[in-house]
Amino acid sequence: MKLKEIVEKFSFKVRCNANNLDVEVNNGYVSDLLSDVLANSEENDLWITLQIHPNIVAIASMKGLSGIVIINDREPEEETVKKAEEKGIPIMVSQMTAFELSGRLYALGLSGTENDNEGI
Amino acid sequence: MDLHIHTCLSPCAQPDMLPTTIIKQARDKNIDVVGICDHNSAENVLAVKKAGEKEGVQVLGGMEISSSEEVHILAFFDDDGALLEMQNIVYENLFGENDEKYFGEQLIVDEYDKIIGSTNKLLIGSTSLGIDRIVELVHSLGGLAVASHVDRDSFSIIAQLGFIPKELPLDALELSWRCELSEVNNYESYGLPLVKSSDAHFLSDIGKAVTTFSLSVPSFSEVVMAFQDVEGRTVNI
Repeated sequence: MKLKEIVEKFSFKVRCNANNLDVEVNNGYVSDLLSDVLANSEENDLWITLQIHPNIVAIASMKGLSGIVIINDREPEEETVKKAEEKGIPIMVSQMTAFELSGRLYALGLSGTENDNEGI
Repeated sequence: MDLHIHTCLSPCAQPDMLPTTIIKQARDKNIDVVGICDHNSAENVLAVKKAGEKEGVQVLGGMEISSSEEVHILAFFDDDGALLEMQNIVYENLFGENDEKYFGEQLIVDEYDKIIGSTNKLLIGSTSLGIDRIVELVHSLGGLAVASHVDRDSFSIIAQLGFIPKELPLDALELSWRCELSEVNNYESYGLPLVKSSDAHFLSDIGKAVTTFSLSVPSFSEVVMAFQDVEGRTVNI
């Protein structure tokens, strides 16, 4: 699924790289511990978090994540947006909670695992 | 030195973490300098300083500040006024009220261990200040900023933020007592001085991990020199 479709469906507020939403999203990952995201997220995951520190950009770009959605209407730090512009990582803001957003994305067909929904 | 000790003011610390008992324990363990760092508060620092003066144990006044990213930072100040100013900033950015039933008591004591009050601030919570801002504020008030227990899985800068941002001007990194000697080299690559301390919440924790400084006198300014590795002042774990 394209990031663009997700952004439009849930009316995310795009804070940077609005022209860069053509990227593919395979799965989702929810975590506020950046060390955990570093260890366990997969390429082309959409990352859902409430962290707003500039380090989220480095982690997303290192892991090849498709984008970062900041939940609960929290705004990224200025420096975070600046770094994300440089690295081409889309940052979006949603008023939803992590639980609600994850549920909706899951219902849309994104899963948190490599192997679809078989056996679940 | 054991630079990271909580008192009965921290809701998670034991009620017998009192000025005289902490100082006695430090003396018994041959510790020359203790750092008093309660969560988001410094209300017991002066009492421990007075208790330490009587027994010849030097006390560095500090606070363990929780950032909005849930990273713990130790902030030390030479000047008590600066410490209290930092405490005011922390209080202004710390929300919620403590519920003793769930988190524990937050007792303020005098140098004789007498309870003189308590605070209802939610000290166990996190401030709304980002880590960069906290380090900036600590430095602007003449203090030292040390990242707490960087080897731990919770409330450490590496766990919360994945890595230590290069631009962040920390003065040192603290390792917990759990950190094995063989793991220390994982943290040397940051090029920052390393200290090791107990993060004592129980009296028996005090001195569980210590840092050795070579200084002419045990003072804040000499610790600063050791962190800068100047004039023969050194820090070793």
